[in-house]
Amino acid sequence: MLEGIFSGLSTAVMPINLLMVAVGCFAGTFIGMLPGLGPITAIALMIPITYGFDPSTGLILMAGVYYGAIFGGSTSSILINAPGVAGTVATAFDGYPMAQKGQAGKALAIAAYSSFSGGTIAAIFLLVAAPALASVSLSFQSGDYFALMVLGLTAVSAFAGKGQVLKAITMTLFGIMLSTIGTDPAAGVARFTFGSMDLVDGISFLLLAMSTFALSEALLSILRPTKDTRSEEEKALKSLGSMKLSKEEVKIMIPVIGRSSVLGFFTGVLPGAGATIASFLAYGMERNIASAKEKLGFGKGSIRGLAAPETANNAACSGSFVPLLTLGIPGSGTTAVMMGALISYGVQPGPRLFVEQPDVFWSVIISMYIGNIVLLVLNLPLIPYISRLLALPQQLLVPFVLFFSLVGVYLVTFNTMDIHMMVIAAAIAIGLRLLNYPMAPMLLGFILGKMMEENLRRALAISDGSISFLWERPITLVILLISILFLAAPLIGNLRSWLANRKSALPNDGEL
Amino acid sequence: MNKLSMFSRRGFIAAATAVAVSTAAFGAMDAKAAEMDEIHFVIPGGAGGGWDGTARGTGEALTKSGLVGTASYENMSGGGGGKAIAYMIEAADRLDNTLMVNSTPIIVRSLTGVFPQSFRDLTPIAAVVAEYAAFAVPADSPYQSFTDVVDAVKADPSSVKFGGGSVRGGMDHIVAAYAVQQGGGDAKQVKYIPYDAGGKAIAGLLSGETEVLSTGLGELLELAKAGQVRILAVTSKERVEAAPDVPSLGELGIDAEFVNWRGYFGSPSLSAEKADAYAAILKDVQATPEWETVRTRNGWEKIYKPRAEFSAFMENQEKVVGDLMRDLGFLK
Repeated sequence: MLEGIFSGLSTAVMPINLLMVAVGCFAGTFIGMLPGLGPITAIALMIPITYGFDPSTGLILMAGVYYGAIFGGSTSSILINAPGVAGTVATAFDGYPMAQKGQAGKALAIAAYSSFSGGTIAAIFLLVAAPALASVSLSFQSGDYFALMVLGLTAVSAFAGKGQVLKAITMTLFGIMLSTIGTDPAAGVARFTFGSMDLVDGISFLLLAMSTFALSEALLSILRPTKDTRSEEEKALKSLGSMKLSKEEVKIMIPVIGRSSVLGFFTGVLPGAGATIASFLAYGMERNIASAKEKLGFGKGSIRGLAAPETANNAACSGSFVPLLTLGIPGSGTTAVMMGALISYGVQPGPRLFVEQPDVFWSVIISMYIGNIVLLVLNLPLIPYISRLLALPQQLLVPFVLFFSLVGVYLVTFNTMDIHMMVIAAAIAIGLRLLNYPMAPMLLGFILGKMMEENLRRALAISDGSISFLWERPITLVILLISILFLAAPLIGNLRSWLANRKSALPNDGEL
Repeated sequence: MNKLSMFSRRGFIAAATAVAVSTAAFGAMDAKAAEMDEIHFVIPGGAGGGWDGTARGTGEALTKSGLVGTASYENMSGGGGGKAIAYMIEAADRLDNTLMVNSTPIIVRSLTGVFPQSFRDLTPIAAVVAEYAAFAVPADSPYQSFTDVVDAVKADPSSVKFGGGSVRGGMDHIVAAYAVQQGGGDAKQVKYIPYDAGGKAIAGLLSGETEVLSTGLGELLELAKAGQVRILAVTSKERVEAAPDVPSLGELGIDAEFVNWRGYFGSPSLSAEKADAYAAILKDVQATPEWETVRTRNGWEKIYKPRAEFSAFMENQEKVVGDLMRDLGFLK
């Protein structure tokens, strides 16, 4: 293992990889800052660039983009109350009020320090937790993988907001259906291709991710009427105020960072609960444990209220790499995109990654430390300048994204059919988005569906068509039980609140 | 190396390198005149695959040794190679300087109907390298020899599961069935578990869900060196250079030679003179030290079968594979 860490270290500090960390962090910060363009878009836009790279270099770049985007999102949250990414919505709760009080510089500095600490602490956890998980999962058989994919899919219930569960499940199924287009994994015959040679290899994940995120997000932003906030933004950007923190303020931050990074990391590890949920949980936790007097400060520019979500969202980013790298199940839409990219480099994330490609495994983890330092160094002095990019007019931005995503996909295959398919997929995605259907579950279903089918069919072949493999091995059974728990958890919650309602309706039955 | 599944299963991978047409980096020409100015290689799969490595390796040796001025490459993945074949046929009259790389799967896939064309629709130039298949078991397996495996299949077919990196009816399956059949067993009783790549089939073997692995020898050498698997046999008549300690099927008394060759094809309208010239240059390159470097680096076995010999070889292989697939029920 030590050997792996060293080989990872030497890979991570290669000039090209250091450069990619910096480029990734910078590009991520920039894209994340722009409202509407989230980390999935940022990463999807990077994929075509990374083809031809070494897998570790590609993954390092994408990881940099990921936490860069989460970091960048906080800047727009604080300065213009328009979160660049969902993971920084909670940052705006206290960050924007601080900026309004003329302490924008301070708020940005708190965000930068919290992100840095959250990311670094979580990377330490990752260093310890990932190999432990990876080593037990080496004996995984096809049935166990199938159970894992099921577990990954149950994450959609967590993805979905209130009242969205059915829509999320619909989209997951849609994704699974799309994954069956192409070649049958066991028999090798074409299916659902309508005789088209271009569909024999299935739909490319990159194409799907690009059209459902980058393309449709850019096009939707034209449809959405935008408030002209330019003058307001100019004002906020001009008066950042001091970026220095006092000793007292640092003292307040330290315990918050400690708590939130642990919470954030473990939230990130859970499939389906990414940076967004982590930041809300951390904000809620801080608010709950605060004294009555401190509680009043929340939402009015509380340092604790700003540091908690900022720490947690970055910690969750690192945490989300645990299931991706060790089990090969992406816990979120963002990691699903990364997984698609990894597979396309010829690297299969999963239990064997740790053994077969330790340099990829470790260099990514180690690059996270470097990335966090780069982010801090990059952002503290540069934020006043980078944030001016917020004033970039949409008329410039949208065509740029359209161009880049179309060309990016075309350059991979040189197949004009792909462009047609992208336009159609983007049109469908826009329609579905307008109807409030979430896109991330579809990507998750698409990427997991393929592997789920393969492993299910293999497990069935091995057990001569009997489904007894589902409970014969303890690992399989445990994973499936956890999946059921995940699915049932929201139901149990509903049941409890229903029971509580009944209780309050019938006060005499309080004893029950 | 070229798993039947490799290109079909890795849809978006296939395309990998963004640069479909990457003009040769080795363009620097020697002062002495090259035998041929340029060769353009069409690669039916993505960057990093077996076909890609073969074409780029050949191109490297050709240009570095000064036999060819420049080599350029075009990755054209799709339809398990069918797209590139269709292109060679459709654009035939423009492709005088173009060679397509292919390998055993062109025979398997045209038999199973993955694409409607076969090698007969192209101009076979030459087979240049080969890789044998091999059978491996986990280090602690009770099987000590491949004949033990065959005996076990005869006694209880369901006790021996063969894993492999191709689909059912694909190359790894056929190789296993062929070896068992020639060893006196029933090809139909070979229980084959498909994986979508050789690496995953290895993982399956090591996790204990399959008993024997059927895959390319190259994929097994490192693992055998690390002591994780034992290679029971290689599908050749005599022992091979890359694995001198591994018994061949021939010496075990099983006549089931199977070679996964890799070779080159020209467009259907290529003139006989031009085709012969290509075959000659592919022969000449094999005598150069540059080729030797590329060959040992990739662990390729030496074979060279030009033009007519290549066609005859493929026809024979098509017959063997076709008969076997009929026995197995994959063809009617």
